[in-house]
Amino acid sequence: MYKKQDKKTRIFKHIIIWIVIAFALFPLVWTLSAALNPANTLINQNLIPENASLKNFKYLFNNTQHPFPIWLWNSVKISFITSFIAVSMTALAAYPFSRFEFRGRRNGLFVILLIQIFPQMLAMVAIYLLFLNIQKVLPAFGLNTHPAIITIYLGGAIGVNTWLMKGYLDTIPNSLEEAAYIDGASKFQAFYRIILPLARPILAVLFVLQFIATYSEYILASIILNSNQKYTLAVGLHLFISDMYSNRWGVFSAAALLGALPIVILFMSVQKYIVHGLIGGAVKG
Amino acid sequence: MKFWRNNILHLAKIIILSILDALAVWSATILFTEHKYIFLSVLIIVTVIINFVYLSKKTYALRYILPGTFFMILLVVYPIIYTVYVSFTNYGTGNILTKPQVINQIENRYYLPEDTKDFNFKAYKIPDQKEYAVLLENEEGKLYLAIDEEVSEVTKADSRFVDQNNDGKIDMIENYEHLDRAQLFKNLSVLQNLEFFWNDNILKMKSISKFSLYRQQYKYVKAEDKIIDLKNNISYLSKEGSFTSPEGETLLPGYRANLGWENYLTLFTDSRVSGPFLRVFIWTFEWAILSVLTTFVLGLFLAILLNDKTLKFRKFYRVILILPYALPAFISVLIWRGLLNTEVGVINQILNTLSLQSIPWLQSVFWSRFALVVINLWLGFPYMMLISLGSLQSISGELYEAASIDGASAWQRFKFITLPLILVSLGPLLISSFAFNFNNFNVIYLFNEGGPPIVGAQTPAGGTDILISYTYRLSFESGRGADFGLASTVSIIIFMITAVITWFNFKYTGALEEVKENV
Repeated sequence: MYKKQDKKTRIFKHIIIWIVIAFALFPLVWTLSAALNPANTLINQNLIPENASLKNFKYLFNNTQHPFPIWLWNSVKISFITSFIAVSMTALAAYPFSRFEFRGRRNGLFVILLIQIFPQMLAMVAIYLLFLNIQKVLPAFGLNTHPAIITIYLGGAIGVNTWLMKGYLDTIPNSLEEAAYIDGASKFQAFYRIILPLARPILAVLFVLQFIATYSEYILASIILNSNQKYTLAVGLHLFISDMYSNRWGVFSAAALLGALPIVILFMSVQKYIVHGLIGGAVKG
Repeated sequence: MKFWRNNILHLAKIIILSILDALAVWSATILFTEHKYIFLSVLIIVTVIINFVYLSKKTYALRYILPGTFFMILLVVYPIIYTVYVSFTNYGTGNILTKPQVINQIENRYYLPEDTKDFNFKAYKIPDQKEYAVLLENEEGKLYLAIDEEVSEVTKADSRFVDQNNDGKIDMIENYEHLDRAQLFKNLSVLQNLEFFWNDNILKMKSISKFSLYRQQYKYVKAEDKIIDLKNNISYLSKEGSFTSPEGETLLPGYRANLGWENYLTLFTDSRVSGPFLRVFIWTFEWAILSVLTTFVLGLFLAILLNDKTLKFRKFYRVILILPYALPAFISVLIWRGLLNTEVGVINQILNTLSLQSIPWLQSVFWSRFALVVINLWLGFPYMMLISLGSLQSISGELYEAASIDGASAWQRFKFITLPLILVSLGPLLISSFAFNFNNFNVIYLFNEGGPPIVGAQTPAGGTDILISYTYRLSFESGRGADFGLASTVSIIIFMITAVITWFNFKYTGALEEVKENV
């Protein structure tokens, strides 16, 4: 390197990093402490709880008034179904843009790029009114149903992901499909049997990113869902804790840790792709 | 075998299409009988397009694109267009229904005229059906029978009456059975809604023991587009979403009406609305700029520290430092809200032990905003660190060597080499981040629901509200009426700002040219 660092600078660097680490871990440590503290209150909380126990966690699973397991399950279910369908549709949509020549191809890609710029939540009023009307005709897809919220999330499925997917498909050589055609495969079979298995890595990344984004979504879920049994974790937890910090803090902390865990694991599995920049902005900024 | 394999997909396609078409026909009949012609025509068009795309060879590529496009059009494009429409209306609490619905509702209101007549009654019902008959008796002892939506005078000897135990009380009328007092209460909600038209009057239940003659109070005159109050002889003229009398009284409810630019004018010129709106508008920009700036400065700073390959525990530091980014934001924000709780939060407790005063994190506008920026710094610096690390690694070390030889200090190297190069490569991501934080609803709303409230604001605008949370509160906050029209207007303004930001971003990166050349 350009200049040899002296020892002081080096120690100084470590100290600064540790200060930021303290900042980063501060809320997490207190949450862990509160989750293990059977007192279940914010008042006079010590960092190291006396009589640490799993009482708060047990309470979470035996509370009919605030059914945390149902919220968690709703979130996982909705995120899973949304991600699965969204990634399927993205793969389908990206394939012809990568492989076929057809009229409107260029404009189609451009329109997708333009539309996904506008966050769907900006049209929340219209979406709410749309489902208010759908409810009158088709109650199974109306307000306060999971099919409704999944359908809404699918509206944003083929946005920037189509571009990422197309970029990946462009790197897979055409000759593979041509060989398949010679063997008598139809176009769809070549896509389904040859290309999709090769695109597995990008499919997995897109699935995880979509899952995280759906799991963390609050605003549209809070508009559409309005009963305890239908809430996602984001909506349920917010209602559970707002204005009740003094007497639900411990239980909330336990719920927060359990609710965050799946996402942290998923996130760590794809974080190396975020360095490439493009993908990160697609989830959160 | 091969034939079978090649045709199974084709067969599956035909089966799925048939099922979809069957569903479409079934839904179409329902829509037709309910007179939902707009839904019906949309359904027909969509079904025809789907069938055409999947059966015609010319549209082969579209078969792949159609599913995603279908959802995009239904749930992104259509809502955007509908938002524009709503922003020109008064849609909201008090103006939910259409004009014909409101006229119908108002025309169905009755009043008791002074010369009304009361009747004692007995109610009859066909068991297990919702068919009712009412036998009425006026003060002079005359009997009337209300049955099959008609009222007629009858005598006790009517052939339809059955007196099973000959006690003079009529137990059945045809197959209608008498309701005793207990059953009467059970059927009360239906009985209260029974209406029989009788010589320009309406016979309705007045109390548990009486039916009375009511009269229609309002009549709509189509030629003059007004409603006349027949009781008080007042005309209510149709005006901007409600029927209004010359004295300025309005009939409730109002109806949905086009207001033209009214919502936009209100937002910018009505001082009770425009004052808070302007505050929200300015804070939204301050918030987005502060968010990008703070996270970028800390993220870049850490990236420079971690980019030193000789630094010990580098990998460990990196994993720990991205933890805040790995948590779902909604959970982190709710945790921070607890830590910053003014009365019992950990942070104020720590301040107290240091003999400092508690800070009103959620009650004061300044401290609330301050807390939000710190929380967002916590949430966002790892992302900036990650992308800065990626960008730093692409800067050639030779540049720094050359600068060292020329005698540049560390600060000069940063200022003249690192920063400009990083800004070039990260510029678009910073603009995206700006756009993201501009609409960062979760952080703002989950921390303090946009509060603390602005004193004297006519609309629900709070001290930390940004445009998107303001939109949400205008439409969905319980306790206040919803103003979908005004909310949509704010939405449209956000749309336009987002469009401008994106235009800058595209210009900066030349993304549009790239699209034209490379696809």
